Amino acid sequence: MGKPMTMEKSISTERLHDARASWRKGAFFRKKVLPWLFVTPILLINITVVLGPALSAGYYSLTDWSGIGAANFIGLDNFRRILLEDSSYKSAFLNNLIWLGLFLTVPIAMALVGASVISPIRRGALFFRLALFVPYVLPSVIVANLWRTLLDPDRGIMGWLTDQGLPGTDIALLGRQNTVLPTIAFIDNWHWWGFLMVLFLAGMQNISRDLYEAARLDGANRWEEFRDVTIPGIRPVLVFMVLMTAIWSFLTFDYIWILTQGGPAGASEVLSVLVYKNAFQAFQAGYASAIGLTMSFFVGIIISIFIVLRRRGWEI
Amino acid sequence: MMRASNTKSKGTRELSLIPNYVILSLFLLFAIGPLLVLLFNSLKNRAELGNNPLGIPTSITWDNYPRAWDVGNFSTTTLNSAILVAGTVAAVLLLGGMAAYSLAKLDLPGGNGLMLYLLVASSLPIHLFLVPLFFFWRQLGLVNNLFGLILIYIAVNAPLAIFLLRSYMVQLPRDFEDAARVDGASEWQVFTKVVVPLSWPGFLTVGLVVSLAVWNEFLLATVFLTDQSKFTVVTSYYNFTTQFSRDWTLTSAAAVMMIAPILVIFLIFQRQFIEGMTQGGMKG
Repeated sequence: MGKPMTMEKSISTERLHDARASWRKGAFFRKKVLPWLFVTPILLINITVVLGPALSAGYYSLTDWSGIGAANFIGLDNFRRILLEDSSYKSAFLNNLIWLGLFLTVPIAMALVGASVISPIRRGALFFRLALFVPYVLPSVIVANLWRTLLDPDRGIMGWLTDQGLPGTDIALLGRQNTVLPTIAFIDNWHWWGFLMVLFLAGMQNISRDLYEAARLDGANRWEEFRDVTIPGIRPVLVFMVLMTAIWSFLTFDYIWILTQGGPAGASEVLSVLVYKNAFQAFQAGYASAIGLTMSFFVGIIISIFIVLRRRGWEI
Repeated sequence: MMRASNTKSKGTRELSLIPNYVILSLFLLFAIGPLLVLLFNSLKNRAELGNNPLGIPTSITWDNYPRAWDVGNFSTTTLNSAILVAGTVAAVLLLGGMAAYSLAKLDLPGGNGLMLYLLVASSLPIHLFLVPLFFFWRQLGLVNNLFGLILIYIAVNAPLAIFLLRSYMVQLPRDFEDAARVDGASEWQVFTKVVVPLSWPGFLTVGLVVSLAVWNEFLLATVFLTDQSKFTVVTSYYNFTTQFSRDWTLTSAAAVMMIAPILVIFLIFQRQFIEGMTQGGMKG
């Protein structure tokens, strides 16, 4: 794609000058323009789909836009409504925090245990790693519906437990306000933790065996080995996944929407569900944009906290 | 953790790992058990499912599969999903590969700025740009339009693809390209004839990961394809399960039909999948 350079045999000073200029232009083209031509198509698509609408969400958050027609500027009214009036926002935000708490503990603990027990074995290690990873590649609609049937109060596991005479199991876990959110988190986690496990396992396999030997010579038991060798050894990936979990917990949508659409009575509503409902069901696109903006704000806060802690010398 | 010391005999070592296998068996039951129930239920008739909703079928019936195929309109939805996957993967590999080539090999001026932009763009919540994007796309007539959704999928998957392909291309020695350039090849020819063939494992990995992401995608497909004739296998299944929520034989058979191709391809290319997805996770 370089610009063809033509030089004639008999060269006047003027022509030589022209040729040099065109070569320099060619160099400019090759070094500065051409690389950008390779990037332009995908960058344009990304800007059109992501950056442009993201910026306009900032503007629409200051309007009463319904999605169709004109958007009237109403200043910070949407944010006043979020802070002072909309009680569903508050409860959705709290549910996001509960979700965060659940996902920072249960899957990480399961993945650490899983990776620690696979790491030392040879026979069957590949099989277990694959089998435990399989749920992660399944579509959310399948996983959600599969567990909806498994947790069915009449015909699912709970029904079976009831038949065995276990008291207190005769409940619809997805239908009650106090159990619905942890139940959806459980289902989401069923498909999620294997992914974490594989990441941790890769980290553990990079830890030098000498460190374990040294720990054992010092008389460390298995727990001390885990605490003093394994955890520090996988710290980079562990910290990164804590960060990603914190971010994703504010963005979670699929499982909640598919299983309950935020119900019953808003008990499993999170911010992403509010965005969806306001934008596409209540036709309050301006207000939905404002909620979306607050979600980005929380994600920004989480990233900033990590950056600040790192600057302060925390080894994360 | 739980490593047997080298001084112990092999037998003792195996023995000391028994607790590991016990724990792993429990995890295995947890991960695979539900999928077995799904398979079992797809092979039962409705009467048996009523009596035995969790166990192994006593007699096997295959009727649920053709029924689910028809009722779930799989012939249309599979085609729609295939078009979305093929279009997105082709474009992401070509356009993302070009961008990665420019970043890795052409010393793109402002390349660090571009990388930073891609990092920020990939961590923006979809729900931030979803709402304006939807109404913008509707004005352009791109809602209920597979091409319109492909454009979105390209944009959303581009950062990951560029990061992975770039990190692959950076490792390639420059000798081959330079030789081609000396022979008078244009940068486009260097890209298509030298760099792409040398980095095809990277392209394979990205292609597989993006295929899976698009095939499984729910939120964007739900929002941008509302017309039944445009449903993907995933959104159609969602619709289907709300319609036939009580007929588990049918929903299970439909689920098995959707999962089977994913599992087969995943098991064949498991190394590339896991590498691509874990690196994708690490790079955000």
